Amino acid sequence: MTDLSLHHGISLHRIGAMILRYWYLLMSSWPRLLELLYWPALQVITWGFLQVYIAENANFFARAGGTLIGAVILWDILFRGQLGFSISFLEEMWARNLGNLMMSPLKPIEFLLSLMVMSLIRLAIGVIPMTLLALFLFHFNVYALGLPLIAFFCNLIFMSWSVGIFVSGLVLRNGLGAESIVWTLMFAIMPLACIYYPVSVLPVWLQYVAWALPPTYVFEGMRALLIERIFRIDLMLEALAINAALLCASFWAFLALLRSARKNGSLLSGGE
Amino acid sequence: MTGNDKASSPPTVAAPSLSAAIEVDRLVKVYKQTRAVDDISFSLPRGSITGLLGGNGAGKTTTIAMIMGLVLPTSGRVSVLGRAMPEESAFVLGRMNFESPYVDMPMRLTVRQNLTVFGKLYAVKNLEGRIAELADELDLTDFIDRANGKLSAGQKTRVALAKALINHPELLLLDEPTASLDPDTADWVRAHMERYRKENNATILLASHNMLEVERLCDRVIIMKRGRIEDDDTPEAIMARYNRTTLEEVFLDVARGRGNGAKEAAR
Repeated sequence: MTDLSLHHGISLHRIGAMILRYWYLLMSSWPRLLELLYWPALQVITWGFLQVYIAENANFFARAGGTLIGAVILWDILFRGQLGFSISFLEEMWARNLGNLMMSPLKPIEFLLSLMVMSLIRLAIGVIPMTLLALFLFHFNVYALGLPLIAFFCNLIFMSWSVGIFVSGLVLRNGLGAESIVWTLMFAIMPLACIYYPVSVLPVWLQYVAWALPPTYVFEGMRALLIERIFRIDLMLEALAINAALLCASFWAFLALLRSARKNGSLLSGGE
Repeated sequence: MTGNDKASSPPTVAAPSLSAAIEVDRLVKVYKQTRAVDDISFSLPRGSITGLLGGNGAGKTTTIAMIMGLVLPTSGRVSVLGRAMPEESAFVLGRMNFESPYVDMPMRLTVRQNLTVFGKLYAVKNLEGRIAELADELDLTDFIDRANGKLSAGQKTRVALAKALINHPELLLLDEPTASLDPDTADWVRAHMERYRKENNATILLASHNMLEVERLCDRVIIMKRGRIEDDDTPEAIMARYNRTTLEEVFLDVARGRGNGAKEAAR
């Protein structure tokens, strides 16, 4: 892999080869497929029943039907999107295949684009059945959100890729000893993204931090849509602008970490 | 004259040659306090097969990794097929390939799937035909649809070699290609490498601990010790210089610090 990724064009052929590699892997392993379905289904069932219980006992939640279950689905898009990206990357580390890829004509940008496509494929396998479960068990149709759902989805998936690119760079630089960051970093964002409660609940100083995160805009936007029936396009545009900056920063960080890995020889070891 | 002596005579190695497959000029790699590679220079002509020898920690793998662009040098210059590495690697990565014990092929993918993925990465034309050709040449047909993780060590090595040859590389870097193979399979792999070099005028750089392998295959040997080039010549000339009949004896002389004495005695 070369650092000159942006200067010599992008090959769809090579991106297709990497997607094929991950597709072969998914199709060869039923536990990997099951894992994609299992956690999202468990999440939606647990939170769905909680939503039913609260709605029966609290006036506000009866009126704001679907905020909890909607938040669970959107959080899963964010979390599973990042995991879909990062796990495909980790597969190369676990398989000790990174050296083969680094020595091939594959460019970093092509590698990252293939991981993005795989995160969408893995997300579709896990989240579409989850939304159908929500529809049939709890009569919550996330697709009824209409066009705003596309804005929510795009902002969440962009954020998940930024985190995925950054943590992949960290693992590349520090080896599999840094693997736990892949599984935990998104949870550090969780309390600040205000998934289940409005930003106004946070102390004022923490609200500034919360508004630096694109998911906060999405969850505020979702509540505005479900409770007040207003689509806050201003929130979506602000989130998009932050996402653009974060994606550029994460790509820059990935290249810097790749260069650092080349400097300290960690591409050869890849271990702990 | 040792390789380091040569490094101090710039005209021998520093002048770029259009025919050189690899040019290494005053290469240094320092990891924290350790000088893994210490000011080495050499130039490999196209179509040659060169053995890189040395004990554990001699700097062979780091040298090959810098040639491949996987490790950045602290100082010095590497060029491969006329292009500076790693700055211009995009121009040459498709024309070279490698095999190393430090990497594996994905275990869950079948041999055919692995070769398909790498063939597409290297934009191999008529990929199905090329895979069939390699399966035939390297005797992979019986297990081509078996997962890589279910193969024996010898079968895996042949698959790794097939991956290394999938793009008809002009330059092949092999790091201990016959390690952990039984003598029969190792001999078979050597014969194939020899044939490939002859038929394609390919350049091969081979790091190995197997002295018989190096004697049989290589027309030049570079011996490394503690990151420096200890000697650099044809196997015959090196053996004569150390007054030894096998490279293994030369290797032991160098490893145990008897190199200079033996050379002096021979003189």
